[in-house]
Amino acid sequence: MVRVDGTGKSNSLIQVRGLDKAYRRGGEEIQVLQRLNLDVDKGDFVAFMGPSGSGKTTLLNLLGGLDVPTHGSITVAGDEITHMSGNKLTQWRARHVGFIFQMYNLIPVLTAFQNVELPLLLTKLSKSDRRKHVETALGVVGLTERMNHFPRQLSGGQEQRVAIARAIVADPTFLLCDEPTGDLDRKSADEIMELLEALVGKYSKTILMVTHDPVVAARAHTTLHLEKGVLVEGKTSRESVMAGGAV
Amino acid sequence: MKFSRLILANLFRKKVRLILTIGSFAIALVLFTFLAVVKSAFSRGAEIAGADRLVVVSRIGLMQVMPISHGDKIATIPGVKAVTHNHWFGGVYQDERNFFPQFVIDPENHRKVMTELVVPDDQWNNFLKDRMGAIAGARTAARFHWKVGDRIPIKTTLYGGAAAEFNLDGIYHSERPGGDESQFWLQWKYFDETVPPVLKSTAGWYVVKLNSPDDAVRVAKAIDEKFANSSFETKTETESAFAAGFAKQFGNIELLILSIGGVVFFTLLLVTGNTMAISVRERTSELAVLKAIGFSGRAVLFFVLAESIIIALVGGFIGLALAYLTIPVIGIALTGLLPPLLLSKSLLTLGLGFALLVGAASGLLPGIGAMRMRVVNALRRV
Repeated sequence: MVRVDGTGKSNSLIQVRGLDKAYRRGGEEIQVLQRLNLDVDKGDFVAFMGPSGSGKTTLLNLLGGLDVPTHGSITVAGDEITHMSGNKLTQWRARHVGFIFQMYNLIPVLTAFQNVELPLLLTKLSKSDRRKHVETALGVVGLTERMNHFPRQLSGGQEQRVAIARAIVADPTFLLCDEPTGDLDRKSADEIMELLEALVGKYSKTILMVTHDPVVAARAHTTLHLEKGVLVEGKTSRESVMAGGAV
Repeated sequence: MKFSRLILANLFRKKVRLILTIGSFAIALVLFTFLAVVKSAFSRGAEIAGADRLVVVSRIGLMQVMPISHGDKIATIPGVKAVTHNHWFGGVYQDERNFFPQFVIDPENHRKVMTELVVPDDQWNNFLKDRMGAIAGARTAARFHWKVGDRIPIKTTLYGGAAAEFNLDGIYHSERPGGDESQFWLQWKYFDETVPPVLKSTAGWYVVKLNSPDDAVRVAKAIDEKFANSSFETKTETESAFAAGFAKQFGNIELLILSIGGVVFFTLLLVTGNTMAISVRERTSELAVLKAIGFSGRAVLFFVLAESIIIALVGGFIGLALAYLTIPVIGIALTGLLPPLLLSKSLLTLGLGFALLVGAASGLLPGIGAMRMRVVNALRRV
């Protein structure tokens, strides 16, 4: 269950309270997020929508521990991350967060297998255990037979699948997707969304996704709108698409 | 190591750039090693000089002679074990380009003082009996393919320009690594008979062997005091100081070489530093992703440093191997112009250390930049 009014259960997987984020640009303070509250349970699939500059990516960066808020707190699985040191936050990210980016961001000189293996290099797993994990993750995204291909030898959709395999290989607590279909054609985008749905449905993953595309957002359980730094709870995504695509 | 694949894959990302950077390292290392070898050749005289030997020259200058009687007087000073005298001969063998130092020696005492320069007894005994005898250093003998028994024509450029043929009675070797094996020794008796009257019964310089190196300062002072206010005042110093002073006559070789070495160092640093900076900038998004998925800033710094150090070591090894192969050839080509060029293990180690230092320094700034890079900013730039 996703809530934005700050009244969620205390045992929510992700709990955001009074989150503020402001930037200074040319001596002027720009308030990106204001007193934002959010509760996300395990297994939720949330889409964030909003116009450019509304703070979607900033929110995702804060939730992923890539940025620190001006005020407020973020608690994930009982760990408050807002006061963690840089090093602790790095370790926390490795254990809890899987990132999926719009441009896939694979390392071009590594094969699909080696790209997916990257997060496991930070663990104490043996080489053979790492291989098993990587093969499983590539199996989930349906790219086992392409594991020795380099990114340049894959299509955009396949590259994004490799990126998803990289995000899930270490079995993180939740996945953060920043426009995961933004660089893909409709067919590939559908395939990626089917895969994300499967991760939520079959593997009980929790996914928070930023998108501009209402059709993509409709695949999530809940769509939240960011308007002028404030989260607004909308209709469920499917309801909004049924109502004509305007969320 | 589990990160090796990532580091190597990044290294081979731009093969042409990698080869060019390794090539510049290799060439810089050859140049660095050559400079170091030349510097070492000039300072070797001072390094290998006997700690228990003094050199006595005329106070006026090295080209001024002293009476041969000085030798007996020096020998009476307490602490002196033996004294020998030398003269510069200044001859030419076939052509002026065939330069090698020719010394007129005192056969009676030379072996007692210059103990590290070894001549087989039978050859030495033949030399003692032969007024026109000569002994050549092994390096000079090899250079001109001389063997014992050969007659060596030498024309002196000093003392009236007389020409004579000498019998090569022996070949000496130095027991000290890097010792001078280029000299050519002649009999003082022959020399004294042929020089103009003004040079008869004179010595160019004396070499004094001490009972103990601890006596050096005292004995040097005593020698100079003995001849003070005479017509032939002396200047006595340790062999090491004398050799260092002699090398300085060529100008400040050390400063020149250090200056060129410094330019090589900084040029290489700029080239590799620029290469690493470009390489890191090209990968900003990838490094940001690595940090996003949990690699620490230190790990990223390590990756960048590892790359630059591998480039430096590979380039360094190739450069040192090239230097190892080419310096002996250059040394032969420059025989007579420069002292022997010897590439020692310590110079090879120094070269590798130089490569490592440049590698680490060139990777450090881009690496620190990558370490401190904020993931959010880096991803926004993509």
